[in-house]
Amino acid sequence: MAREFGDVIIDLQNISLRFGGVKALTDISFNVREHEIRAIIGPNGAGKSSMLNVINGVYHPQEGKIIFHGQERQKMEPYEAASQGIARTFQNIALFKGMTVLDNIMTGRNLMMKTNFLHHALFWGKAQREEIEHRKKVEEVIEFLEIQSIRKTPVGRLPYGLQKRVELARALAAEPNLLLLDEPMAGMNVEEKQDMCRFILDVNDQFGTTIVLIEHDMGVVMDISDRVVVLDYGKKIGDGPPDEVKNDPKVIDAYLGTSH
Amino acid sequence: MSDTSGQTSLDTFPRLLMNHARVRPTRPAMREKEYGIWQTYTWAEVAENVRAIACGLAELGFKRGDRLAIIGDNRPRLYWSVAACQCLGGIPVMLYQDAVAEEMTYVLQDAEIRFAVVEDQEQVDKMLEIQADVPLLEHVIYDDPRGMRHYTQTLLLGLDELQEMGRIHDRNQSDFLDGEIEKGASDDISIMLYTSGTTGKPKGVCQTHGAFIAAAKGGAQFDNLTDQEDILSYLPMAWVGDHLFSFAQAMYAGFTINCPESGETVMTDLREIGPTYYFAPPRVFENLLTTVMIRMEDAGWFKRKIFAHFMDVAKRCGAEILDGKSVSGSDRLQYWLGNLLVYGPLKNVLGMSRIRVAYTAGAAIGPDLFRFYRSIGINLKQLYGQTETCAYVCLQPDGQIKLDSVGKPAPFVEVKLADNGEILVKGPMLLKAYYKRPDATAESLNEEGYFMTGDAGFFDEDGHLKIIDRAKDVGKLTDGSMFAPNYIENKLKFFQHIKEAVAFGSDRDFVTAFINIDLEAVGNWAERKGLAYSGYTDLAQQSAIYDLIRGGIEQVNADLASDPMMSSSQIKRFLILHKELDADDGELTRTRKVRRKFISERYNVLIDALYSGKDSQYIETEVKYEDGRTGKIAATLRIENVKTFAGNAGKQAA
Repeated sequence: MAREFGDVIIDLQNISLRFGGVKALTDISFNVREHEIRAIIGPNGAGKSSMLNVINGVYHPQEGKIIFHGQERQKMEPYEAASQGIARTFQNIALFKGMTVLDNIMTGRNLMMKTNFLHHALFWGKAQREEIEHRKKVEEVIEFLEIQSIRKTPVGRLPYGLQKRVELARALAAEPNLLLLDEPMAGMNVEEKQDMCRFILDVNDQFGTTIVLIEHDMGVVMDISDRVVVLDYGKKIGDGPPDEVKNDPKVIDAYLGTSH
Repeated sequence: MSDTSGQTSLDTFPRLLMNHARVRPTRPAMREKEYGIWQTYTWAEVAENVRAIACGLAELGFKRGDRLAIIGDNRPRLYWSVAACQCLGGIPVMLYQDAVAEEMTYVLQDAEIRFAVVEDQEQVDKMLEIQADVPLLEHVIYDDPRGMRHYTQTLLLGLDELQEMGRIHDRNQSDFLDGEIEKGASDDISIMLYTSGTTGKPKGVCQTHGAFIAAAKGGAQFDNLTDQEDILSYLPMAWVGDHLFSFAQAMYAGFTINCPESGETVMTDLREIGPTYYFAPPRVFENLLTTVMIRMEDAGWFKRKIFAHFMDVAKRCGAEILDGKSVSGSDRLQYWLGNLLVYGPLKNVLGMSRIRVAYTAGAAIGPDLFRFYRSIGINLKQLYGQTETCAYVCLQPDGQIKLDSVGKPAPFVEVKLADNGEILVKGPMLLKAYYKRPDATAESLNEEGYFMTGDAGFFDEDGHLKIIDRAKDVGKLTDGSMFAPNYIENKLKFFQHIKEAVAFGSDRDFVTAFINIDLEAVGNWAERKGLAYSGYTDLAQQSAIYDLIRGGIEQVNADLASDPMMSSSQIKRFLILHKELDADDGELTRTRKVRRKFISERYNVLIDALYSGKDSQYIETEVKYEDGRTGKIAATLRIENVKTFAGNAGKQAA
């Protein structure tokens, strides 16, 4: 399969992030091109999640530049990232447990709702039209991820694998250009992993969404990603296509350990 | 119905369809849930869409007599494809959508398929996988384009594009299709359904328009079906029952079929639609009841009390009230109250509030299960038939329901018994032939034109037919007494903890059995007992589970002991299998019937162990996962003895 990628949509230059004396990220540079699936891998504590948090504006690096769509990004809040078309899922699921699947996914449309809550309380005219329009989009996502049967089920009652899928659904409902997935396959069995892989590939293919994902399962990473960044102790130790990275001695050392 | 039965020319399905489009153009013909909303297609819209598909197929070169493979879940567009194919005088060939690619190869080769209409990417992938083995295959038309943007194979075509081609064709030659429909005749083959193949390769059963229309008409008259019925179409389209209920009867009576959103949403869809006419195999009724019971056990004590009290009332008089028999005033009052508090809400939860007629068939239904549904006021009945008879031989008439019979011969059907007890049937609904198998056709139809069902049975004093077993499965123990494995297995399966059972005993000294536990029911039981387990294999081998199952088998033994013909068939030894019997491993047919011979070859070691007196046996089994990969399950199985009972009727009869 020949895959074509567009321009660089986000370019991270010499990023360093510190929490007090702890260096989470040191001088990291890499970029993400449009339509690609970009994986970030590394052992525990390598700084992978911190990296995602830098991308969607939760953390502000002390050094380095972030060029997003050709413009240098200023310090900003996560909701601004969301309104710029960046959506994400979390390593520890962050859904509203007592709400139904449908309502949870609807929250993914929140930023796009124009009418105010008073208007919504009356549910008349524009608010009603808006709700119907958003619901339609949400139903498309539900069909896409094949979760029709749990539409009205409270999220807290679902097994872990399905909750992960609902979280992906909520992220997709925001119609993102850039989708950040933090360990989408953690804790899943083989079949659930396969399903998730297929959905990620389908999202990328169908909607052209650019995807940055963190994953521990090397098989998954090597199968679905176009390029891989390898972090270890907050430093970048490898970057390139999966096959190249897989055979890089430095990467093998980081994962399997070396005799120093 | 007067508008259909009055005219004699409505003798093919395309003519019936076009007639509905004229007579009731705005009545709903089909509904499908899409994006969470039920979308309705009227008869006029269905007819227009069928025309478009038919003309599109013709444009691709589909000719009279060609066969069209149809594979997928119950989707309106697949039902339209069946009708479209029939319009052109073609023969739709229905395949089970969950079959793996190799299984499809045989049918596609056997039926010499050039055209296939499939549901989605999953089925397209199967077609591409076996393309090399099916060189005749020229066109694969798919309904849902999702995930196939990068597919460039020239044999693929979207159904939307096909319909677009068809609409242009229809505009240019508007009398073409009407001419084709005009050429159709009642004894043309209208459909090919493959038998599930409990023995040998599947055979293509060719049924005519006339046969299915006769079966549909008989059934519709028998139960007074009108165009107001609603039915949920969720059973495999390749199964004769679905074709009769969702296609033939809907086409005949003009009622509405409803396609569920997906396989997992059937329960919700059932509740939303509230069908008036319903068909399900026993296991569906069983699953529904199990779910209700499990949820009931989690309810508060007050609700449980009310439930238990009114279920006793229903057990006492519910079925009698439904049958219109006389019941005491106080029971009537109690039942009325129960209906208000328990049965009504329960039926509503099950989606069965509006049901006028419900049928079950395909396997024996447990007497408790059957009585449960009837006692809460659902008119559940049994029918008997097979693919070769359009699933239409015997029906239970309203008000004359017996738990262990399948009812009386249906209208136009003649039933008689051969000397060995085999059931023979004759009527307009018999198959025309097995496709390209004159030998098999000759074997199954005797010289007087009776179809030999292969089932053994007898008529009771009221003329109701009772089925015992497959005639060829009925064997003998070494002491000469009768051994009917199915009969025993069905008794075992009536326990909620036993999902499947396979009994052995032909030419042996005594009877033994393999058991599959029901993971949901037994798992729930284990949870309440505080038993830890890691999965099916682990759970199945725990001694508490063996005790649980042994209790069930002892009850069956006690029951068998009371019947002089069956008392030698008591089960002496059993084991619980380490894996669930699965159609993917070839152990069950796609309709979930046990493939006895295959199982006894595959688990030969276990059978030897059962008869050699060992108390455990190691086994390693290859299994096939859903994605086609294979793996191994190994376990050491315990083998245990069961108490048997002295036949209270004495042994002199045996």
